[in-house]
Amino acid sequence: MATVVAVLASTHHPFYYKASTSPPESRPPFADEWVRKVEAYRETLTRANPDVLVMVGSDHFHQLWLDNMPQFLVGKAPVYDANYYNEEREFGLPRMTLQGNEELSAHILRGGLDAGFDLAFSNELRLDHSITCPIITTRPQADLPVVPVYTNIFAPPLPQPKRFVQLGQTLRELVESWPSDLRVAIIGTGHLSLELGGPRQFGPHGPDPEFDAKAVEWIAAGDLEKTLAEVTLDSLHTPGNATHGFMDFMLMMGVAGDGRKADYADNYDLFHTMEAYFTWYPDGSKPGGGGA
Amino acid sequence: MSKYLLNKFLFTVDRDPELVERYREDPAGTVAWWEAERANVILNLPEAEQSTWLKFTDEERDALTGCDHVKLFELGAHPFLTLTLFIAMYERDYDEPLGYQLEYGRKLKHFSLPYPDITT
Repeated sequence: MATVVAVLASTHHPFYYKASTSPPESRPPFADEWVRKVEAYRETLTRANPDVLVMVGSDHFHQLWLDNMPQFLVGKAPVYDANYYNEEREFGLPRMTLQGNEELSAHILRGGLDAGFDLAFSNELRLDHSITCPIITTRPQADLPVVPVYTNIFAPPLPQPKRFVQLGQTLRELVESWPSDLRVAIIGTGHLSLELGGPRQFGPHGPDPEFDAKAVEWIAAGDLEKTLAEVTLDSLHTPGNATHGFMDFMLMMGVAGDGRKADYADNYDLFHTMEAYFTWYPDGSKPGGGGA
Repeated sequence: MSKYLLNKFLFTVDRDPELVERYREDPAGTVAWWEAERANVILNLPEAEQSTWLKFTDEERDALTGCDHVKLFELGAHPFLTLTLFIAMYERDYDEPLGYQLEYGRKLKHFSLPYPDITT
């Protein structure tokens, strides 16, 4: 069976690409430390030596639209083109092309449907920055096949937080029951407190530093009980109007396992948002350089 | 009230570089053209299979014609769509990094929780 060699959960910040690739004289003051943290985080994936990446993210009204909106969708395509004109325009993100793994997509779809998740699928999916930001931060050579899993954290009515956790738990089981010798990393990105298009946007920190501090503790400790007790669809409006992206972190806590402490945890207080980076190694031991 | 149609306008303009410029240069003309020609086009269907029932209220049309992001927020347009499109149209007029984004937020300061519902 396939092995889950690493589970990564982080924020995705579309400005990282520009901040890290600008010439030194035009880089913002926070860029160097940000790059240092991201490169250290990248190493947590590199040393797990994965063959395939399952990527959890959320389309930001690019291909998925309100006339036909799936709650959870799995990509099943041999190839995924990625990034859009408006992401190029606003964030300077490059166009990218990623290879797929249709066999793993098919396994996740069949198994997910049989486990009670009525997953939507797409045979022609153009990915956006929720998937390409973590590629840029954790695997910039973009050389591994991916299976994208999209969640709706964006267009209410949304699924309940517990459903995200359950999908994460199921996703872990499904990858581990895939008849393959390949090494799979499961990578998901979301948000801590975040405000977009509202009065609290683009402040000197995330809109709710208190929520961010709590959330970082929950994730680092794998404390699903506390997280599920405190987080509801209504409560997520309070830290910031785009904070429902935290449910993708909850999905990843489900992948990592209840009560499972992160093997690597870091964060970085930036303008606009708290960046946070977590990695779990399912076998409990950190792999050595070059992969175990 | 049709939050969906407001969002559909913002979405279809934002994804088209020519329409972004046209809306910036001629908001009233672009909104009138869009409502007459595009509002009822279903995005993944041939144009012959259009809807028949979508139109703006006067208040919605005025908010779009006035490029009034505060009113759009009040009406429950999706804040991500409004922000993304308006950054494309107006960020260029500000010298400071994030100058437009901060002013955009300041103009919304009188809103407190709960914000207008964006459910469509």
